[in-house]
Amino acid sequence: MTLSRMPEPDRAVLDRSEAIIKDLEALIGADGVISAEDGRRAFEADALTAYRQPPLAVVLPRSTEDVSKILKYCRQSDLKVVPRGAGTSLCGGALPTADAIVIGTSRMNRVLDTDFINRTITVECGITNLAITDAVSAEGFFYAPDPSSQLACTVGGNLAMNSGGAHCLKYGVTTNNVLGLKIVLMDGEVVEIGGPYLDSEGYDFLALIVGSEGQFGIVTETTLKILPKAETARPVMLGFSSCEAAGQCVAAIIGSGIIPVAIEYMDKPAIAVAEAYAKAGYPLDVEALLIVEVEGFEDETARLMRDIVDIARGFDPQVIEASSSPEHSARIWKGRKAAFGAMGRISDYYCMDGTIPLARLPEVLSRIAQICAEHRLKVANVFHAGDGNLHPLILYDANNEDEARRAEIAGAEILKLCVAVGGCLTGEHGVGIEKRDLMEVQFSPSDLAVQMRIKSVFDPHWLLNPGKVFPLSALATAAEHPAASEAA
Amino acid sequence: MSDLQRPGADWELQFVIAGCAEKRLPIEIIGSGSKRAIGRPVDGTVTITTASLRGISLYEPNELVMSARAGTPLSQIEAELAARGQMLPFEPIDLGPATGGPQGAQTIGAVFATNMSGARRVQYGAARDHLLGVKGVNGRAELFQVGGRVMKNVTGYDVARGLAGSWGTLAVMTEVTFKVIPWPETAATVIYLGLPDNLAVELLSAAMALPVEISGAVHLQAGVAARLNHPGLKSMNKSVTALRLENFSAAVAGRKHRLKEALKVYGKALELDHRETLEFWSELRRLSVMPNRQTLLWRISTKATTAPKLVAAIKRYMPAEAFYDWAGSLVWLEVPTAADAGTAEIRRVTAIHGGHAMLIRAEPSVRAAVEVFQPLSPPLEKLTRGLKAAFDPAGILNPGRMYANV
Repeated sequence: MTLSRMPEPDRAVLDRSEAIIKDLEALIGADGVISAEDGRRAFEADALTAYRQPPLAVVLPRSTEDVSKILKYCRQSDLKVVPRGAGTSLCGGALPTADAIVIGTSRMNRVLDTDFINRTITVECGITNLAITDAVSAEGFFYAPDPSSQLACTVGGNLAMNSGGAHCLKYGVTTNNVLGLKIVLMDGEVVEIGGPYLDSEGYDFLALIVGSEGQFGIVTETTLKILPKAETARPVMLGFSSCEAAGQCVAAIIGSGIIPVAIEYMDKPAIAVAEAYAKAGYPLDVEALLIVEVEGFEDETARLMRDIVDIARGFDPQVIEASSSPEHSARIWKGRKAAFGAMGRISDYYCMDGTIPLARLPEVLSRIAQICAEHRLKVANVFHAGDGNLHPLILYDANNEDEARRAEIAGAEILKLCVAVGGCLTGEHGVGIEKRDLMEVQFSPSDLAVQMRIKSVFDPHWLLNPGKVFPLSALATAAEHPAASEAA
Repeated sequence: MSDLQRPGADWELQFVIAGCAEKRLPIEIIGSGSKRAIGRPVDGTVTITTASLRGISLYEPNELVMSARAGTPLSQIEAELAARGQMLPFEPIDLGPATGGPQGAQTIGAVFATNMSGARRVQYGAARDHLLGVKGVNGRAELFQVGGRVMKNVTGYDVARGLAGSWGTLAVMTEVTFKVIPWPETAATVIYLGLPDNLAVELLSAAMALPVEISGAVHLQAGVAARLNHPGLKSMNKSVTALRLENFSAAVAGRKHRLKEALKVYGKALELDHRETLEFWSELRRLSVMPNRQTLLWRISTKATTAPKLVAAIKRYMPAEAFYDWAGSLVWLEVPTAADAGTAEIRRVTAIHGGHAMLIRAEPSVRAAVEVFQPLSPPLEKLTRGLKAAFDPAGILNPGRMYANV
């Protein structure tokens, strides 16, 4: 896939790469700088593996002070910077350019403070998402956002992309669970925003920084909300003969006043692949499978599951299977959790992430099938139905250039469809390079100008995470337009 | 009296702002005007009200989402939602009665522009957490939209949420899209009497650590509790510490039992039934325990565990009465009038204990003279000025509303 072009590297920077590496080593020590080619290769891509580009160098700071020194140097030397957590971005959010310095946060992974009375945790941003919950689970707490990469992804990456997960229907996404952060700006200045309080003071910079895709600064520490774990969580599996019935059932559950913690949807192709891999006991003859999870105390979940089954009966379900034990719950979830991996074993796939208003689900699914058929591609759907966040997986062969290209074109058409029905390009993966050139489908020039001026407030010289989020054409216009740099 | 403009369409608003931008005329922006007595006063040559930008443009109960023009009265929004068994998740507080303004007059745009959240915030999050999309006009007279109408959306920067709490200094919102939730089947309140502040906050924190989903956690000092309408509670002459449970009936009953078991060391609990619960929390929502009088009202955000110490420290300098919301982490503090509104002491004590303070109620001359919002650190101030300039380079939208010269 080569549809998204990256900006041309700056020859002058490449020519002085040796001197730059020496300077970086002097700043934070040689053991914190990776300059050999095989070392840089390890940082050439993220989870959008079709795009690869080793950076000029990789630095691995150990502290906020290190990050501050590096950024200040890069600013003074006019060097581009690509922040990187664990490199699990599905949209190329951590893709380097040849003339950029990658700043990896993997060495900054400590828990700095846990406060169970005020229900907060303060961590360094290189810590993994799951390690946060691990740090507080013995006391009965958890950190709510749970992206499916949570074993590997860092909270710094979660903040950059405003990550969600299966359980955000009830608990919200990253931005709803962040109380404070420490960010290093491109000039090396360290700014603390918010803190262990519910509301931060002044403008809502937390809201702007979370989801800014590493383009405003590098967040080194953050204070997060932790929540008490429910006594139990139970899923119920519902199989339907049509996606319309499944979609209507989701709307009816939410409309009834029940907010489950998760409502996951799989279509027939996805069910087949997940079942073959995980042996979760999924029905193979239904068109759509819902996994609806409720939580609470034992007696409450039993009652909620009964209510959900009663609602589902109105949509003629072919399969109703309520979890009867923790083992049973684990089995039901096993297939869903393994779905992406299982799909990856049989084919390369391109994972889309558009969100749509739920009422449009049946027509959107049938249009997606049509689009993929037109491009002679297969598609499977696995997604978060409760909030309309679709994940069509377009199957293709990465070694077949024409097929890869068709997959990317079909993907773009699907995302345009999501916008056309009132949704958006990306629900939780981010724009990165992948959806950059589609931004004009969703936003007018003045909408984009409003966003780009905010970028200029934080990073007036546009050195952080270059070539992402905004179409290159819009950037060119902005560069000629004095307004974009006025705020600086 | 300044020139009052009532644009009825986005293009009219753009036209008015463009005219003011050209002549650099300062504009005061209001919805119903019910919060004019809060924040720093704006000396506008022109006043723009969003009152004619009115109406609910989208409501999908099955998707838990609503869009409304910014000038739509909150009361209309809440009535429409209630008709379908739904509500705003964050229980927006009404500061009208406490600041000498009208009750129940605020617009939905102003709720988000000031990020006003009530007691339910401890469970569901603040107004800003539920703001999904905004249409608005900035100081450059550009009409723009950010966010959208779907729950999950990371397309571009989260500018919609970034506009929450900006008090009309960045843009005039013309339409807001937000998430709603179902009304719970029933509600109950568990009350403990006579606890000193520190024990009360300890109790609130212990309750919040239980998986019972407390949707309101407050402590009223005895003098404040005496102002309640509830005949039983007002005449006790004791502090009131209250916890709200909301769910389906069987769950409320079970959770109430678990809660009382876990908290029994704090003494015998009283209970309010569903009807009394609605009355009690609606009183708090109007802040009627902090009625408008010749006193000052401060709003202090801090860690729950430090809040009682912070209040005690302020009391060394001046008499003060406190109402703790958000499980102790938000303090509404009533203190006597003073030339500087007690700013020096209150800000010093807040700095020592951590947190931030906003002066809510004071004479206009006082609010014009002292820092009403928490003063910003130098790097935050730089970002604040930068953001203001990005949206409103001529500095015409609500100038000085939050900070002098911003």
